[in-house]
Amino acid sequence: MRHAMKRSYRDDMRLFPHRGAMLAYVALAVGLLALPGMAGNYMLSQATFVFVNGTVAVGLMLLIGFTGQISLGHAAFFSVGAYVEGVLLVRGVPFPLALLAAGVGTGAVGVVVGLPALRMRGIYLAMATLAFAFIVEEVIVRWSSVTRGNRGLNIPDPVLFGHKLGSGTAIYYLALAVFAVVLLAVINILRGRTGRALAALLDSDVAAECMGINLAVFKTIAFAVSAAATGFAGAVYAHKLGYISPEQFSIQLSVEFLMMVIIGGLGSLHGAVFGAIFVVVLPQAILLAKPLLPQHVAELPILDTAAFGIIVILFVMFEPRGLNGYWVRLKAWCSLYPFYRRGMFKRGRIAAADLVKH
Amino acid sequence: MLTEFLQQVVSGAAAGCVYALVALGFVLIFKATGIVNFAQGELMMVGAFLGLTFVDVFHLPYWLGAGLAVVGMAVIGVVLNRVLLRPLAGQSTLAIIMVTLGMSILLRAGASVIWGPETVAFDSPFSRKSVALWGVVLSQEHVAIIVATSVLVAGLFGFFRFSRLGIAMQATSENQLAAYYMGIPVRSIHALTWGIGAATAGVAGIMLAPVAFVHVNMGFLGLKAFPAAVLGGFGSIPGAIVGGLIIGIAESLSVLYLPEGFNNVAAYILLLLVLMLRPEGLFGVETARRV
Repeated sequence: MRHAMKRSYRDDMRLFPHRGAMLAYVALAVGLLALPGMAGNYMLSQATFVFVNGTVAVGLMLLIGFTGQISLGHAAFFSVGAYVEGVLLVRGVPFPLALLAAGVGTGAVGVVVGLPALRMRGIYLAMATLAFAFIVEEVIVRWSSVTRGNRGLNIPDPVLFGHKLGSGTAIYYLALAVFAVVLLAVINILRGRTGRALAALLDSDVAAECMGINLAVFKTIAFAVSAAATGFAGAVYAHKLGYISPEQFSIQLSVEFLMMVIIGGLGSLHGAVFGAIFVVVLPQAILLAKPLLPQHVAELPILDTAAFGIIVILFVMFEPRGLNGYWVRLKAWCSLYPFYRRGMFKRGRIAAADLVKH
Repeated sequence: MLTEFLQQVVSGAAAGCVYALVALGFVLIFKATGIVNFAQGELMMVGAFLGLTFVDVFHLPYWLGAGLAVVGMAVIGVVLNRVLLRPLAGQSTLAIIMVTLGMSILLRAGASVIWGPETVAFDSPFSRKSVALWGVVLSQEHVAIIVATSVLVAGLFGFFRFSRLGIAMQATSENQLAAYYMGIPVRSIHALTWGIGAATAGVAGIMLAPVAFVHVNMGFLGLKAFPAAVLGGFGSIPGAIVGGLIIGIAESLSVLYLPEGFNNVAAYILLLLVLMLRPEGLFGVETARRV
């Protein structure tokens, strides 16, 4: 196993731990850029959803996995992003401005939600974000002069420099670009001063405060960045579907987002991406498995969600480090072959969920 | 005008009693085990379906069927605790929230496999009858809900106050380790708490069923029990009852006096206000936390 030598803080803050990692990421980026040339429409569409979910997962991971705040309201941020984008485009605002407004505006909403969060932790915060999500859903339904309420909103195609970006390929690149920007932003936040403050917050907010970390500022930053990432994702999602309505952003979606980061593995951005891939792949896998199931089970509308429910329970119980835990072990196995031993990563009863203590 | 107001208050109180019962089970479990059970609403739904099965499918007398359903719920509560939650002892809030959320999904899926996705009516002996009281006309169902809740709460109060077991449960929720050293079987107490919590949810489901129909998604109503519990201070049993009543009455009054739509979110607006102004709730006591 390769251990990157760290002699200074600068070493610890490097974007890539070693040259091999850089090569791997460059190869991955080239592959993703070339994907529209190789994959069919269907694959491309699924990949777009992976990026949309991945953007949300990265934002949510910053909040939950790296700061220890719980949110049951991320579907609401997602819907705010989607609706800001849709409503502004319908009113004729240029696409780049609308996209920016969707992200920044949702970030501002995140600040507003984050403010009461300063006094709460754990379950109270979960309740407050849940309440916020219900209120947002109701506002979208009732404020029909702007949002068209339950009739839903058709999203015009984005136009950039006079070119219409309506095709699946264009939306794919849009989703990829937004994902890459959000991911880089979050990585940069995490490896700098803010990231260390958030890590201290995660361990113990009282201790962090004693060390001179301004809780109000950093908790709000975490909420704002997380909300903004989710808002950007919402805007891309609106374009991907071309039509949005309030019932797409229910509490179920918030729960699904949470499951995504838990299944992926808390406290790791790799985990966020794995979770996003998993969320997109699982329904496909279930679709393939359907002929094997008894008919009245296969016809359940709730089948996908039920599978998520089972899987998330199993992960919390048996592999709290999530998919990322498997990935870390796979990498170790490959680089240590034939010296890898079972239980190498066992450190007592460690749970990634312990990361979120309050 | 006054009659209309009273009418709304009473029907709100009836709805509030259902919230209160769900919140009560929620608070009991939270106090004893520290687990926030997001599946409480789904337990209520399963309770309603069990009652429906015993009474309408097996043709048992109403009271017997309802009693069996409540006992069945207690068993389900104990089993869920043993299988899913006991292995998680000592894990973080988030892990436990995820498991109870997963549990709520599984209960919904299980219910739709067993009972199907249809909406069913479940008549009680009180259906479609009414009583008039000082000019306020009340359906007997609403009165039944209020009476049943009062009886149940009085019974639980007596149990916790006077019985040995009840006092042991209080001791456990106060300090698990100390209770354990005093010879209280903490694990069995947890199991019992889950039994009582789920049975309370079952009672709520059976009381609600004649008023609101039985369907797989009726558990979402349980999400309004969380504001009720938080309003009352989360760890407080009288708080849960008062919180439930406040939310029920606020909802039904907002139908009367506020624009359409507010009744859906009144509970959550109240919740946010309470969390911002008095995070420990109306009846809660603020406790210091060791770091």
